[in-house]
Amino acid sequence: MNKTVNQKAWLFVIPVFVLVAFNAIIPLMTVVNYAFQETFGNNVFMWEGTRWFKQILLSDRFHAALGRQILFTLIILFIQIPLGIFIALTMPKEGIGVSVCLVLMSMPLLIPWNVVGAMWNIFALPDIGFLGHSLNALGFDYNFTQQSGDAWFTTVLMDVWHWTSLVVLLSYAGLRSIQPAYYQAAEIDGASRWSVFRHIELPKMKKVLTIAILLRFMDSFMIYTEPFVLTGGGPGNATAFLSIDLVKMALGQFDLGPAAAMSLIYFFIVLTVCWVFYNLMMKNEGQS
Amino acid sequence: MSKISLKNLSHSYLSSQVNKEDWALRNVNIDWNDGGAYALLGPSGCGKTTLLNIISGLINPTEGQILFNGEDVTNKNPVERNIAQIFQFPVIYDTMTVFDNLAFPLKNRGISEQEIKQKVEEIAEMLELTSTLHNRASGLTADGKQKISLGRGLVRSDVNVIMFDEPLTVIDPHLKWILRSKLKELHQKINRTMIYVTHDQTEALTFADQVVVMHEAEIVQIGTPVELFEKPRHTFVGHFIGSPGMNILPCKIDNGAISINGNKIETKIDIKDKSFSKTEVGIRPEFIEFNEKGLPVKILKVSNTGRHKIIDTESESGKIKVIAKSSDNIPTGSAFLNFKKDYTYVYGDNWIIE
Repeated sequence: MNKTVNQKAWLFVIPVFVLVAFNAIIPLMTVVNYAFQETFGNNVFMWEGTRWFKQILLSDRFHAALGRQILFTLIILFIQIPLGIFIALTMPKEGIGVSVCLVLMSMPLLIPWNVVGAMWNIFALPDIGFLGHSLNALGFDYNFTQQSGDAWFTTVLMDVWHWTSLVVLLSYAGLRSIQPAYYQAAEIDGASRWSVFRHIELPKMKKVLTIAILLRFMDSFMIYTEPFVLTGGGPGNATAFLSIDLVKMALGQFDLGPAAAMSLIYFFIVLTVCWVFYNLMMKNEGQS
Repeated sequence: MSKISLKNLSHSYLSSQVNKEDWALRNVNIDWNDGGAYALLGPSGCGKTTLLNIISGLINPTEGQILFNGEDVTNKNPVERNIAQIFQFPVIYDTMTVFDNLAFPLKNRGISEQEIKQKVEEIAEMLELTSTLHNRASGLTADGKQKISLGRGLVRSDVNVIMFDEPLTVIDPHLKWILRSKLKELHQKINRTMIYVTHDQTEALTFADQVVVMHEAEIVQIGTPVELFEKPRHTFVGHFIGSPGMNILPCKIDNGAISINGNKIETKIDIKDKSFSKTEVGIRPEFIEFNEKGLPVKILKVSNTGRHKIIDTESESGKIKVIAKSSDNIPTGSAFLNFKKDYTYVYGDNWIIE
């Protein structure tokens, strides 16, 4: 069959291209631009090559922020994923309880980030907050504004409260899609509860869990608003995760070049981890 | 190894039952003899799967008892009942190899490695899975997966009963034949009670020694394929079994004399002092002949299947199908039909009158 060549089709791509250009390509290229140059007032730029990248990659400050960031992400993943699966497994499967649980689970997800930060800030205040005051009344020396351990504890708790629901909802959807015949066959095969989980439920949840882990990784790795409102990165730099540190550098110190370089490195890390993780998880999915 | 008896079994998925229709199973009484090959035949939604799940213990019946060798197992779970069940759609454990899938029911019962290996290899051989035994099960085609499901059901040698819930639905026709004869062969070899659920009469009649026909939550007849064919006890069995099915025509009973639209019909049955809201005559197309006199009909259509001719005719009481030999001469226009007396039955409110 002969297909007619018609280059006019490209015209149809223009609206999308313009849209993407304004919301992604141009801002990103601006950052790239800053990352290789030194800026002065009056839009004076000087070429710096890879200097900012070297500076960032070798700086202790970046290493520390990256370390905190990785630790935070690992902690919340290790709590939220198992906890989410566990809650999904124990949720009711029919009746009014389903809707009640689903609504309750969705609530934290509907609250804006800065509100979550503010809520937890007040909730955890050692003198008047319910959590802070109760902990102190119970004899714990708790003050998240001054002790870094407490600040970490509060930040992690806040994130678990805010985001475990996402894992629950995704896992629950995955569990609901399992045909009853699987459970019946397992019952007849004499499978234990653990075997049912290990050989039926977990494999059937694999895809949704991959999505859940990816989303939770990306969101937690780029977390900004909630710890910014809760602790402001403190005490000291204890909870200054990558994005908080980045904003400090870019807007606090106005070091646009190093900040741009750091943004690109940051972006590259997220992209790489997601790509590697996704490919690992989906490696055996080819045939089915 | 045991005889399975179901006593006054009824089941409903609703919490309260008002109408007949609220029941998925109504008053089922049946004995499955040890070592028998049974087919449970009926249209979709007639309660076959419910009955099967009750025998296996996946569902607790609303009323009635299940006895294995006289022992009440109504409240026991599937493991305690020691049964095997194969489902309509393949159930495999995705993360395991074919071997581990087949070994799974044995491992759960703490059987020794050596014995597991031997059993699994034997079953794999029979189902022609040997070449893929160490592949991951998730990579197989639908019928490969169903063979694994079958294998998991067959691998335990001590089960009380093996139940198949329309297991060949997903298998392609060519393989269906092979697997069905494999099952039949296996039944003769291991001599285990097998219950095979299907809505396909050919499958049921070729597999089973005894066919249990279900209709609207009830068992309407239990019998050999020949009995179901020659003497259907319910009009449903009449038209469900046979191709084409039995002709059912409204009739009048007057003082023991049966007539269709004024034409007297001869039967062996003695009908007196019985009253029904509906009476019908049932006659299989195979047992109708053309004659000089009898029930007047118009010939509508003659189709030749190669083996025989199927003639569609119309009487004043409804359409009648007739089967004749391929070589027979078929009258055209109008004709008269004669019903063979021995195979003419009368049904009162759908049930046979004897």
